Amino acid sequence: MTVRRRSKFPLGLLALRTTVAWGVALLLFFPLGWLFLTAFKTELQAIAVPPLFVFTPTLENFHEVQERSDYLLYAKNSVITSVLSTLLGLMLAAPAAYAMAFFKGKYTKDILMWMLSTKMMPAVGALVPIYVLAQKSHLLDTQLALIIVFALSNLPIMVWMLYSHFKDIPHEILEAARMDGATLWQEVRLVLLPLGMGGLASTGLLCLVLSWNEAFWSLNLSAAKAGTLATLIASYSSPEGLFWAKLSAASLMAIAPIVVFGWFSQKQLVQGLTFGAVK
Amino acid sequence: MAYLQLRGIEKFFGEHRAIKGIDLTIQQGEFIVFVGPSGCGKSTLLRLIAGLEAIDGGSLMLDGRDITDQPSSKRDLAMVFQSYALYPHMSVYENMSFALKLAKVDKQVIDEKVQNAARILNLTQYLQRTPKELSGGQRQRVAIGRAIVRAPKVFLFDEPLSNLDAALRGQTRVEIAKLHRDLGATTIYVTHDQVEAMTLADRVVVLRDGVIEQVGTPLELYDQPANQFVAQFIGTPQMNVVPVDKLPQPVQQQAPTAPAGAAVGAIGLRPENITVRHTGATPVGGQVDLIEALGAETLIYVSTPGGAQFVSRQNDRTGLRAGDAVSLDIDASHAHWFDTAGRVVAGHAA
Repeated sequence: MTVRRRSKFPLGLLALRTTVAWGVALLLFFPLGWLFLTAFKTELQAIAVPPLFVFTPTLENFHEVQERSDYLLYAKNSVITSVLSTLLGLMLAAPAAYAMAFFKGKYTKDILMWMLSTKMMPAVGALVPIYVLAQKSHLLDTQLALIIVFALSNLPIMVWMLYSHFKDIPHEILEAARMDGATLWQEVRLVLLPLGMGGLASTGLLCLVLSWNEAFWSLNLSAAKAGTLATLIASYSSPEGLFWAKLSAASLMAIAPIVVFGWFSQKQLVQGLTFGAVK
Repeated sequence: MAYLQLRGIEKFFGEHRAIKGIDLTIQQGEFIVFVGPSGCGKSTLLRLIAGLEAIDGGSLMLDGRDITDQPSSKRDLAMVFQSYALYPHMSVYENMSFALKLAKVDKQVIDEKVQNAARILNLTQYLQRTPKELSGGQRQRVAIGRAIVRAPKVFLFDEPLSNLDAALRGQTRVEIAKLHRDLGATTIYVTHDQVEAMTLADRVVVLRDGVIEQVGTPLELYDQPANQFVAQFIGTPQMNVVPVDKLPQPVQQQAPTAPAGAAVGAIGLRPENITVRHTGATPVGGQVDLIEALGAETLIYVSTPGGAQFVSRQNDRTGLRAGDAVSLDIDASHAHWFDTAGRVVAGHAA
């Protein structure tokens, strides 16, 4: 890739833009950076005023977190619930998006808006009924409950994203497949899926991240057995007071996998989110 | 026996009746062109035949089989789309062999057919490329090749040339005509371009507002249009249609008597039936408005004192200029007379 200064921006404007960009980036990065530093401090160093930037890092906190609670169990729960809920969500969203994109009806737009509007309701509004449902069906503190709830709460976003991706696929190509003798399943498998792979991948990645980070439902519907990393972090606040260093260590361990994952898939994610806009 | 038969085909989009009871019989091997202004329903009718839209009324028979409610995949028709609609993730070879692969045809047979079609269409050296590495004309040929390979019962073309530039359009038009001659396949071709319709068709179907206005060979439509719409739609430049009351006296006198209940409203004259002569040569005087010199032919626009404008086509060049006084030699024996509703009252019989 060649880097070229575009002459239509005067140098001053360019400098301003760069400064603002760096400012925003630092602002976004600061909490993460702080978290990272704190995780390697002792509890005393963590609350020192003024804050310490130079210190001898320690891995003590990570040891303690692992000793006090079973990190791997929570991590496993996080992986299982986010992966399976994403797959379940894709299985439900892809056919819906296909139908809406290629067999648009009179109410398609309204249905899409309605789906999106459900995301505007605060989740806590649905807490009691969902809690009771989970309790009555003996799903409290099970992975299954979280998988279902994660998948359903991400469904509107998944349908929207897939819908806008599928909409960019010329419908004549699918019609051509039909004329060529493809059954519905062949049309989907041999033409729609290969062409929609980018959209499916980015939708899946986004939902994986959303499910991994989801805290509200995992805190309310799960505990020691099916709890995800979000519940692990939460268990480090309150009862015995705040332990900033350990809390930071636990948080770091919780977000590390998804940050690494996101780092490797960011190209795909960005491509997916801007697909169609920059074609 | 009819090969493809449409009986009372209807299509509604919501409340809008887009196709209004179309009856049409197509023989095996015929090249049929649907032509009409945009929004006339010609593409919709093609999509109904293809099975890409559901038929709301009437029946569709192909080779003795009722296919009204069959899905596209079971109809054994091939379609060439305006946008080519090639599979972007497949090579040219895979694009062309897709249908045969779905039909589980033997690999060797597939290869033979694809190679053969590629040879006919000059695509042999591009077989391993993907569509985005091809030019527009090449993509169009791949789309045609994809149809040929299958040897379907009927070829459907939906404005296949409108995305090509003028030169390529003419060239591809000739290729399609040649292809039809060589393969003898039954073909339905949709276009809004009446030149394509005239040059390619065995029979032309002129559509307007979801209704067939006339079906006939290109020259039948040209010589004996059923109404003013067809008369003006077919032929470039357009047929001169002039209201009777604006006609110069000597021509007006030749108007036929209309049948009971109708009145003669206008005359239709092809540009080649009007000759421009020097002033005073005929009783019909006029003034030149505009000259269009196209090289092989010259179009002369002349207005007469009554307020009518005529365009005349002549094969030789002219020294006339805009503003010159001339007289018109109008061959009224070739005139078409329309009643006030646009129907033919009397016309010249070929």
